[in-house]
Amino acid sequence: MDLRVTIGTLELPNPIIAASGCFGYGVEYDEIVDLSRLGGVAVKGLFLKERDGHPPPRIAETPAGMLNAIGLQGIGVHRFVREKLPLLRERGARTIVNICGTTLDEYAEVARVLSDHEGVSALELNISCPNIKEGGIQFGCSLVGTAQVTSAVRKVTRLPVIPKLTPNVTDVPSFARAAQESGADAVSLVNTFLAMAIDVETRRPKLSNLLGGLSGPAIRPIAIRMVWECFNAVRIPILGMGGITDATDVIEFMLAGSTAVQIGTANFADPFVWNKVLDGLDDYLRRHQMTRVTDLIGQIDTSPRKEVPV
Amino acid sequence: MLRNTRLSDDYNVLTLAAPQIGELTQPGQFVMVKAGVTIDSILRRPFSIFEVIRERERITAISILNKRAGTNTRALYALETGDQVACLGPLGRPFTTLSARHAWMVAGGVGLAPFATLAESLASSATPMTLFYGARRARELFYLEYFERLGARLVLATEDGSRGIRGLVTVPLEVALAELGSRDAAMIYACGPEPMLEAVATLATRYGQPSEVSVERVMGCGLGGCYSCVVPVRDAANESRFVRSCIGGPVFNGADIMWEKC
Repeated sequence: MDLRVTIGTLELPNPIIAASGCFGYGVEYDEIVDLSRLGGVAVKGLFLKERDGHPPPRIAETPAGMLNAIGLQGIGVHRFVREKLPLLRERGARTIVNICGTTLDEYAEVARVLSDHEGVSALELNISCPNIKEGGIQFGCSLVGTAQVTSAVRKVTRLPVIPKLTPNVTDVPSFARAAQESGADAVSLVNTFLAMAIDVETRRPKLSNLLGGLSGPAIRPIAIRMVWECFNAVRIPILGMGGITDATDVIEFMLAGSTAVQIGTANFADPFVWNKVLDGLDDYLRRHQMTRVTDLIGQIDTSPRKEVPV
Repeated sequence: MLRNTRLSDDYNVLTLAAPQIGELTQPGQFVMVKAGVTIDSILRRPFSIFEVIRERERITAISILNKRAGTNTRALYALETGDQVACLGPLGRPFTTLSARHAWMVAGGVGLAPFATLAESLASSATPMTLFYGARRARELFYLEYFERLGARLVLATEDGSRGIRGLVTVPLEVALAELGSRDAAMIYACGPEPMLEAVATLATRYGQPSEVSVERVMGCGLGGCYSCVVPVRDAANESRFVRSCIGGPVFNGADIMWEKC
């Protein structure tokens, strides 16, 4: 069974990627997940410097999903390359580094640092974190900002550049087009949906940050719609995500137009989800007498439904 | 799930057929547990490993102490023998048990959970121990014979005065600390509601005794992936840094936590 997929110049052994923000720096999972078996590992968003993030509570469960407002706590790019990257490289993980910035220069600087180090497979541009005031989302919610960040990083790296798009805009495909026209090799979507939950007994917001990002199965049908719209709008590959919990969900995202997918919240619920998904994907292809996973991409059948004979 | 022992209308002990977890367990470690995914809850919940259960010298199971509060704990209270439970562990940093000091364990309510395995370990090294144990009322004090059998001295407190001292467990703790001679040394372990942990750590510092506290924070994954369960911890420069309690804890030096920022 051929599960290989290609994102720009990057070939992955399979389309299953651990989503940024949901898998630490990958090394935390080394004991229980075979990092080399995953298609890729997208590590937690990195700024140039360390950040402490928001005070707790940082997560709250909601129907079929969860809210988070972590606030991009992180060790900064320099400590990452010193302390985390060596183990990822040793394990043979295909490491996709999610990069953040408060200015265009910061994005470019983080990208430059990472491009100088062996073991980084691609750069995912975090222009869509809904939880911090400065950095990210103000770029990702404007077409000009999306184009500026993408071009700024494109100029300083030969690594595949993958802007991660927010769903908190009216027309996601126009942002995918802006990314494509600015030199992106692929786009990943969707980040979390800006959301809120209140404890009615205490009348307090469930998150210290008041607002947070919604993820999990609750958002899946909306994410599928957005992936399908973007697939019809751009030529570059799409890394789809939003509430994937099993192989069926992976296939749904691929039929909608994803070349690869990312799994986040489901890894919290079950860190053994990876083997289950990979085995399920294999099963599906066998059952449908297919040999290549790429034959699923965008293959949703939208032809008119046949009339049911009376 | 091998056995569900309901201790009261709210508390139960679940015995889980997880000998491999039991083999590796150190006192103070936890497991991430889930009894069935529902629309309201997809995430696991952290539980201290309560007992490591042996039959004829072989470890056959572990147990967790559960208190009915929300969706997940209600489901765990209702389980029947033979039901399947997802259980990942052992996780986290354990208590330090190398100390030659008199061990004082301070438990509030369901915070008794990490002390059964700690008491076993202390008993095997013949460390003298006292359990300060507080609950709302007498019938919510559990496993007293268990700790007595291991040689622990019991100091009990109930909020309604139905057993032991009336009031919070920190009241007899402070009395005991004040009575400590200048050459006596205690190592204080605490688990319970966060205000209790803060009070214990503050008292320990005031009386010059070391403390370790086991915190309970809202936890997403238990493995360091989500960064939700953080606690403000003092760094070398005396600045606050958020540390993940799943892998940096759940046991912290009581003096290292910046309680005013919790």
